Amino acid sequence: MSNPPSAPTNSVSFFNNPKNRAIIFQVFALGLVVFLAYYFANNMFANIEARGIETGFSFLDQVAGFGISQTLVEYDDGSSTYSRVFLVGILNTLLVSGIAIFFTTILGLLIGIGRLSSNFLIAKLSMVYVETFRNIPILLQILFWYNVVLAALPSPRQSLSYFGEYFLNNRGFLMPKPILEDNSGYILAAFIIACIGVYFLARWAIKRHDDTGEEFPIFSVGGAIIILAPVLVYFIAGQPISSEVPELKGFNFKGGWVIIPELLALAFALSIYTATYIAEAVRAGIESVPKGQKEAANSLGLKEHVILRKVILPQALRVIIPPVINQYLNLVKNSSLATAIGYPEIVTLFSGTTLNQVGQAIEIILMTMAVYLLFSIVISLLLNWVNAKMEIKGR
Amino acid sequence: MAIYDIKEAKPAPINNRGIIFWLRKNLFSDIKNSLLSVFCIYFLYLTVPPALDWLFFSATWSGSQEDIVNDGARWIFIIEKFDQFIYGFYPEALHWRPLFVAALTVAFIASVKLLKNIKLKIIIILLYPFVSIVFIHGGLFGLETVETNKWGGLMLTVIVAAVGIIASFPIGILLALGRQSDMPIVKTLCVGFIEFVRGVPLITILFMASVVLPLFFHDGIDFDKLLRALIGITLFQAAYIAEVVRGGLQAIPKGQYEASESLGLSYWQGMILIILPQALKISIPNLVGSFISLFKDTTLVLIIGLFDILAMVTLTNSDSNWLGYEVEGYVFVTFIYWVFCFSMSQYSKSVERRFNTELK
Repeated sequence: MSNPPSAPTNSVSFFNNPKNRAIIFQVFALGLVVFLAYYFANNMFANIEARGIETGFSFLDQVAGFGISQTLVEYDDGSSTYSRVFLVGILNTLLVSGIAIFFTTILGLLIGIGRLSSNFLIAKLSMVYVETFRNIPILLQILFWYNVVLAALPSPRQSLSYFGEYFLNNRGFLMPKPILEDNSGYILAAFIIACIGVYFLARWAIKRHDDTGEEFPIFSVGGAIIILAPVLVYFIAGQPISSEVPELKGFNFKGGWVIIPELLALAFALSIYTATYIAEAVRAGIESVPKGQKEAANSLGLKEHVILRKVILPQALRVIIPPVINQYLNLVKNSSLATAIGYPEIVTLFSGTTLNQVGQAIEIILMTMAVYLLFSIVISLLLNWVNAKMEIKGR
Repeated sequence: MAIYDIKEAKPAPINNRGIIFWLRKNLFSDIKNSLLSVFCIYFLYLTVPPALDWLFFSATWSGSQEDIVNDGARWIFIIEKFDQFIYGFYPEALHWRPLFVAALTVAFIASVKLLKNIKLKIIIILLYPFVSIVFIHGGLFGLETVETNKWGGLMLTVIVAAVGIIASFPIGILLALGRQSDMPIVKTLCVGFIEFVRGVPLITILFMASVVLPLFFHDGIDFDKLLRALIGITLFQAAYIAEVVRGGLQAIPKGQYEASESLGLSYWQGMILIILPQALKISIPNLVGSFISLFKDTTLVLIIGLFDILAMVTLTNSDSNWLGYEVEGYVFVTFIYWVFCFSMSQYSKSVERRFNTELK
């Protein structure tokens, strides 16, 4: 007689137990990473010592001693330190990103809506725009605007002039600079008070709408308050803002606000390039709203603009906003290409000039990366917050 | 009894056919649309004829610089510098080698598509990069060595993009699997790497690769400038590929994972035979999209001093006989990038469409 087949045992060998395997594998992976880090760090310190490069962040207190063509905070060639250069770079990155985000949003929105237009020409032109500019590298576009278009502008003496106060030449775009006099603080105060007032007005309007169903034209009334209040205070306070018009003196302009050509080219290229992605996001968002929604709203007898505002947009925005915020982040990261044309932002100033002068590559590049990581984290937190806010609430 | 006459069939209403109807419906349906259309036509009238005139009709297509009479594009510049745009400083006598590799690539793609024998396929796939590098770089089998600092132009752009995509692909898949893994340490390492790389601009990674990477190794190891850029681009691209593949992995129904486990397949067997083929297939459109981004991003290598096709515009214009031809250079390079990227995006769209119909 043969033995009955033995029942499968629960005791597998030590190495075939998935739990043990996982632990062994992870210990191995961690060990490899630690070893590589140790090996690299070891070599790095040896190399740094051999080349006589300093370590640490003490260089931040040294005087930088180079000029920067555009600074938003006080900066002096002779006495400002590298930490000030760092700050100037961050602010310039934020400036060009802010300008480009503003214009790219408007342009992207228009093109995205244009692609869905019933007008054949508008739809096709929008499509051509998207397909053209999306398939050309952003760096090529930046170089093209900077080296070809802006370089072809006339010299300051032959400036293109608009209204006698705005000038465009190969040194940049010049416009009148507002000069704040004594009482100008009141205008700012009026603006802030108007904003707070409109905020409470909007809350009251929403509450009344929830309670009674009555509409209140909050957009037009609120907008009017925010614009009119400062204007009114401007005249009451005796027009405390005057402007300094740029003037041609010798070979160049003096006074006024100058937008340097690097900023113009960069903001222009970034806006045009990113707008193609925003346009696609807008189109996808609007197309994602089921057709039945519009038909239902139509059959309820709602007017066109009410349908757009109360039916289509609330549903479309849910789809549009997350990719658009991602594109904003891409735009901020792409602004680092400014280094190719020398716009003084964080990569140009810090990973470029400062690195060349100081030579502490590791600290400097890590600091630059940290700035962008911070932007990324802030934007992804914003995205999470928006997503949570927009989530369809289950009942 | 009623008498019925046969009546002539009425013609179709004239107002829903023909060009007039089309114009009225698509361009002039109401006042707002009509205004927009007129504005568009005026805009096209202002831009298209001068552009066509500059590009084609008034352009100088042949001859020497003395023959330039019109104020259109002077394409003779491109013709004169064509070799430099394509090959950089690659020795002229050896131009056949990159050309041969290009032909080899076509044969490679065709053989991978047509061959049925999987073992032969794997051998070809493993051999192809090696053979290509030997032919372009030389130094083996009696081929003359061409240093990487002589590489340039479109050739360099394509090499950087190809190496980037090929090398980053396996790393990206491993990272994606690591991110989906149950093992906390592996998962943390992968998430950390992916999110770090995706959070910083490519240019900072390229700076890191070109300045910091040499510090990580013994002094004896001399890194080639191109190799450093390639390492940076590969690591960068791997993080993006990982996210695309993760999207594909997440789209695979849980039942597939469970089925492979209940068949008694090991983790790697299940992944390679069941999960990854499906996950990669549905990620093809996004993978192509990511490849297009990489192709556009290869332009950044000019910032760390490599001469890709975009850098050639400035370089060719520094020839004292040919100054001031930037516009033609930029337009030519734009055209090349546009053709590459547009055709790839059309391909990805067609794949997407094919998948969509399969689902319906």
